[in-house]
Amino acid sequence: MTILQSLAYLALFLVLPPLLPGVVNRVKSRLAGRQGPPLWQLYADLARLARKGAVYSRTTTWVFRAGPVVGLAAVASAGLLMAFGGAPAALSFAGDFILFAYLLALARFATVLAALDTGSSFEGMGAAREVTFASLAEPALFLCLITLARATGSISLSGMLGPALPLAWSRAAPALLLAAIALFVVALAENARIPVDDPNTHLELTMIHEVMVLDHSGPDLALILYGASLKLFLFGALFVRLVLGFSVQGLAGLGVFLAGVVAFAALIGVVESIMARLRLVRVPQLLVGASVLSAFGLVLLLR
Amino acid sequence: MFFVILAPLALAAVAFAVPSQGRRPLALLAGGLLHLAGVTALWLARPAPVLGGWLELDPLARVVLPMTSVLFCVCAVYAQGYLARRAERDNRVFVGGLLVLLSAMTVVALSQHLGLLWVAIELTTLTTAPLIYFDKSARSLEAAWKYLLVCSLGIALALLGTFFLALAGAGPGGPRSLLLADLTRAGVALSSPWVRAGFVFLLVGYGTKMGLAPLHSWKPDAYGEAPGLLGALLSGGVTSVGFIALARVVQVCSAAGESAFARDALVGMGLLSMALAAVFMIGQRDFKRMLAYSSVEHMGILALGLGLGGAAASGAMFHTVNNGLTKGVLFLAAGNIHRSYGSKRVDEVRGAARRLPISGPLFLAGFLAVTGSPPFSPFFSEFSILNGALGSGRWVVGGLYLFFLSVIFVGMGATVLKVVQGDPTGAPEVPASGDTWLTAGPPLLLLGLVLLLGLFLPRELKLVFDAAAARVGG
Amino acid sequence: MRMSAWTEMVFILVVVLDFFLLASSRLKAVIRAAAAQGALLAVMPLLLAWHTTELGHVLALSIGALVVKGIVIPRLLLWAIREASIRREVEPIVGFIPSLILGGVGVALAFAFSSAMPLPTPEQHAFIVPTALSTVWTGLLLVVSRRKAVSQVIGFLVLENGVFVFGLLLSDFMPAMVEAGVLLDLFAAVFVMGIVMFHINREFSSLDTEKLSVLKD
Repeated sequence: MTILQSLAYLALFLVLPPLLPGVVNRVKSRLAGRQGPPLWQLYADLARLARKGAVYSRTTTWVFRAGPVVGLAAVASAGLLMAFGGAPAALSFAGDFILFAYLLALARFATVLAALDTGSSFEGMGAAREVTFASLAEPALFLCLITLARATGSISLSGMLGPALPLAWSRAAPALLLAAIALFVVALAENARIPVDDPNTHLELTMIHEVMVLDHSGPDLALILYGASLKLFLFGALFVRLVLGFSVQGLAGLGVFLAGVVAFAALIGVVESIMARLRLVRVPQLLVGASVLSAFGLVLLLR
Repeated sequence: MFFVILAPLALAAVAFAVPSQGRRPLALLAGGLLHLAGVTALWLARPAPVLGGWLELDPLARVVLPMTSVLFCVCAVYAQGYLARRAERDNRVFVGGLLVLLSAMTVVALSQHLGLLWVAIELTTLTTAPLIYFDKSARSLEAAWKYLLVCSLGIALALLGTFFLALAGAGPGGPRSLLLADLTRAGVALSSPWVRAGFVFLLVGYGTKMGLAPLHSWKPDAYGEAPGLLGALLSGGVTSVGFIALARVVQVCSAAGESAFARDALVGMGLLSMALAAVFMIGQRDFKRMLAYSSVEHMGILALGLGLGGAAASGAMFHTVNNGLTKGVLFLAAGNIHRSYGSKRVDEVRGAARRLPISGPLFLAGFLAVTGSPPFSPFFSEFSILNGALGSGRWVVGGLYLFFLSVIFVGMGATVLKVVQGDPTGAPEVPASGDTWLTAGPPLLLLGLVLLLGLFLPRELKLVFDAAAARVGG
Repeated sequence: MRMSAWTEMVFILVVVLDFFLLASSRLKAVIRAAAAQGALLAVMPLLLAWHTTELGHVLALSIGALVVKGIVIPRLLLWAIREASIRREVEPIVGFIPSLILGGVGVALAFAFSSAMPLPTPEQHAFIVPTALSTVWTGLLLVVSRRKAVSQVIGFLVLENGVFVFGLLLSDFMPAMVEAGVLLDLFAAVFVMGIVMFHINREFSSLDTEKLSVLKD
């Protein structure tokens, strides 16, 4: 039964994520007073892109072609380690959260390499910015996960987000709350959302993530967009499981979980509507602030 | 006892209310004289503690109150002449602030409650900061800001230290009070780590107020830019009451059995202050800043004496009085010289002995007194501290003490001689600012007192100094 | 939530505000954060001592602290920055990110230190000492490293907040007069600082203390 359950969840993981950017855009449009694109817009975009042909620049090599594929593969593999719904993850072992973080890092690395491979200084600039912010977001992410590990006494993602979590919330709520806030900030940074990066910008000087994928076209772009939505779903799953902190099994648990992920996307939409993008020199302060917050949560647990 | 506190405050209110610029300095004089009369009455009458033991004329208060009162009176007389010359500046805040300062210093001396002590010390900072800006120049504004910020910071840390001490006594068997009598009676019942932590913060806090190194950064700027009158009161009065506050803390520490820790810290900081003063005194180009470093040095001597204990502590009490009076001489004379030449820089001022026939030689005599030359009284107090050091076998401390004193003598002497000697022709001159009885008489009187105390120390005063030292646990 | 869980939340919020104060460069936001911290701390005596009999005295202290720290002093500081027309702190001597990290290290050390020093009155809330020390450390960092005079005054205010937290430990036997005196001194100190800042702005046309560096040896 559990294997079937895990497979079903994996199928959901592969099918549902493109809905999330749609939710974000819809919320943003509604808050701006517009009607906004339909929720399944990304599905249509992916289908359209898959039908097109790809154009490759003469300066690129196999690295450029491999980038989107490796990126998607890494993110999808990370999904194997994540616990969805009310169930544990498909794969879990001690210390798997480190593998989780580094699979996501591998995806980013592949994208960055592809960007550098084009030989364009424009994309190099985007790659440099992305990597700088990632190097600050990673300690924050790890501190969150370590706080979670310390609170629940488990070093596997399934254990951290599993039945020990409600108990941890009743004992160490403030620390977990701080970790949750820091995790939200990391999610905003890793998924290139405002206030770290504006996904709708067309101005050269303000692009970070967009400029890295500027040269991709056709199916490659589809792979990248799909991978980005998977990453957003993963962070949403992590955040929702951390915050909800209760173990409801079966279909009810799944329903609550999915509602939570949609709410997470809506929250991102709201944040994007209220705030403006930070100046680039202020983003490190935000990320270090998130690190310090989760470090403080850890200190609260250690005393 | 309330009279000595409230009389200056009442006169401060009067000073704020009086619209006449010329009459206002009289309030200073009246306040000073009333205060002196009150202190004399207290000294003779030996009253009991009031306010439930919060205010008491204990030996430490007996040391510091008369000296402060005399210094203030003399400065009040000087102020008549000084403020008359500075008639263009509004002296409402100046006069009122000085009277409030007198009241606050009195409360610090009399207070037996650590919380009240803290409030009064903070009041001395707040009431003197605007007065540094009396000149209304950019430099004095900078000095006032640094003084305000650094001293307030120190006082805030002192509050934390006071709370630590209160916490030390907050246990189930403890006194649960901030009254000195209760805390010293509790003795070793006070929680030791909190007493130590409290002492550290209080040393930093009240040490900032005194101007011990390395917390002295505000002193050269503040004393350098303040009017000479204010400098005399700050370096003679406020630092002395800061020292009293520190002595009270040591009183608690000794009772709690932490005296070794406290004393070592005091000796260390005392020597550090003297060393720093010596270094900065050499080649000093501004003679008012030089006086500030002299103040740092003497605070170091006081801390050293307190830390050594015994006869040295008694000497430190005597030195409090001497330092206060001598600084009065120096600052008032320096103020006169500054006003007459319009400059504080050593390369512009020379020949003060000729142009100002009283203030110039007074400055020189004051220098001799403050560096410990006989027959002036600082010699005897500094000697008893040295005696205490060598007598308890601390040769290194005694040796360093002598070495720093000599370096300071040389450094300060070079500056002072350059100012006093020589031919004043060609040096800048401000018209109508020579010596008058009102501006030169007061420092002369103070010097006379210093000489008198050196030649003949009444036995009763010696007993008071010994009792004060014993109070602190010497 | 239990009463002590609420108090724990308030202490943690105070420390989070400390981090915000260290990281932010927008002066209005910093003043508001310091005011919020003061207001939170003014409520603390009520939360901690709601079961004692001297409710009137505790209430008076809370209201006094709320008015002074939460309303009067922030108004004064906002007036000061409006007068001087400044909105942002320039890059401080210790940069924003190092300040934030130093603050974080300070908080960790404060928690470590307080678990090493046992309280003589163990029935009090365990977070008082670390919160107090963290806030004192934050205030100290702000005073020492910021360049604008207003930021230095805010640092002083935060430091006094930290000392106030510590004073909560002693609220059952500290006489009212001393507490009132402490509050009054804080008010008077900030008032005097405000006046001096007004003069500084008039004299130098700026509140940048870099300009106050003529006096030196």
